[in-house]
Amino acid sequence: MTRRRNERALVRPHVVTGGRAHPTRNVFDLVTLVIFNGDLPRHAGGTTPQTPRQPLSTAGLSPEKLRIIELCRGGALSVVEIAGHLGLPVGVTKVLLSDLVDDGHLTTRAGSADGRQSRVRLLQEVLDGLRARL
Amino acid sequence: MDSALASDTPYLRETVRTALKILVVGHFAVGKTTFVGTLSEIRPLRTEERMTQAGALVDDLAGIEDKTTTTVAMDFGRLTLSDSLVLYLFGAPGQQRFTRLWDDLARGALGALVLVDTARLKQSFEIMDLVERQGLPYAVAVNHFDASPRFPDAEVREALDLAPGTPLVSCDARDRRSSTQALISLVDHLLTLDPETP
Repeated sequence: MTRRRNERALVRPHVVTGGRAHPTRNVFDLVTLVIFNGDLPRHAGGTTPQTPRQPLSTAGLSPEKLRIIELCRGGALSVVEIAGHLGLPVGVTKVLLSDLVDDGHLTTRAGSADGRQSRVRLLQEVLDGLRARL
Repeated sequence: MDSALASDTPYLRETVRTALKILVVGHFAVGKTTFVGTLSEIRPLRTEERMTQAGALVDDLAGIEDKTTTTVAMDFGRLTLSDSLVLYLFGAPGQQRFTRLWDDLARGALGALVLVDTARLKQSFEIMDLVERQGLPYAVAVNHFDASPRFPDAEVREALDLAPGTPLVSCDARDRRSSTQALISLVDHLLTLDPETP
């Protein structure tokens, strides 16, 4: 069984978020994909960074936000994976991610809320993918 | 500890565009964590959510609650199903009082696989109520424990009051092929529920 990661948390979660319980934007599902914005060009369809292209300063960010950026720099992960890797509760993670998206450090890609593909096609793709694993 | 974040983190393929989720639910110790671990391509992760709800924890969470908050854990794993599609499996806690967590889990989920143990069928009632109340389509998989009695499907169906179309399958949560088959039964079922959508 996985060890409990929260045991090493040094402060209570609401300290990490500056006392806030809710993110500034309500776009985060557990499986929303989060992408580091650093050197990437603006991505159509995702959330729009406020200051694209320019290398954003990370000065003044909290240690937890810096850890998120450090983690996300390596590649795309879902919200819940970020929470799991960093040992943060999901609610706290959403608040921090929301700030980082607002600041332009991160971009999201809607996970399950992809309306372009019909549900049946998606289910069929899931089925094919699962059968291929047998 | 976790200083090696970026170096050994299993990131998603750059081509992934869609992430889906399926819940793996059931009572305590029915095999949710095992099931998720068997199928996941990454080392399963555990995340914890704090609930501002009174009530002593009776599960495997003992020892981490304080007086005003409860912490509920969920395990999850990941399966990359194609270049563009990834599926997350969530082992969800089966208590009614974690409603807010359930809302979050169920939103956008394709459906749920309900794991049951024939020796403790009654313990599955609460979780099935929860799944039905969320409006989640589901399939039932009997996770075979060596010591558990084997009942005919009809008896299990009756005990769980399953609708005729609800799949009832057997699986061994420790076995990848068997667990994959159980998921396939669920997704097959989801397709039959949704045949007309263009």
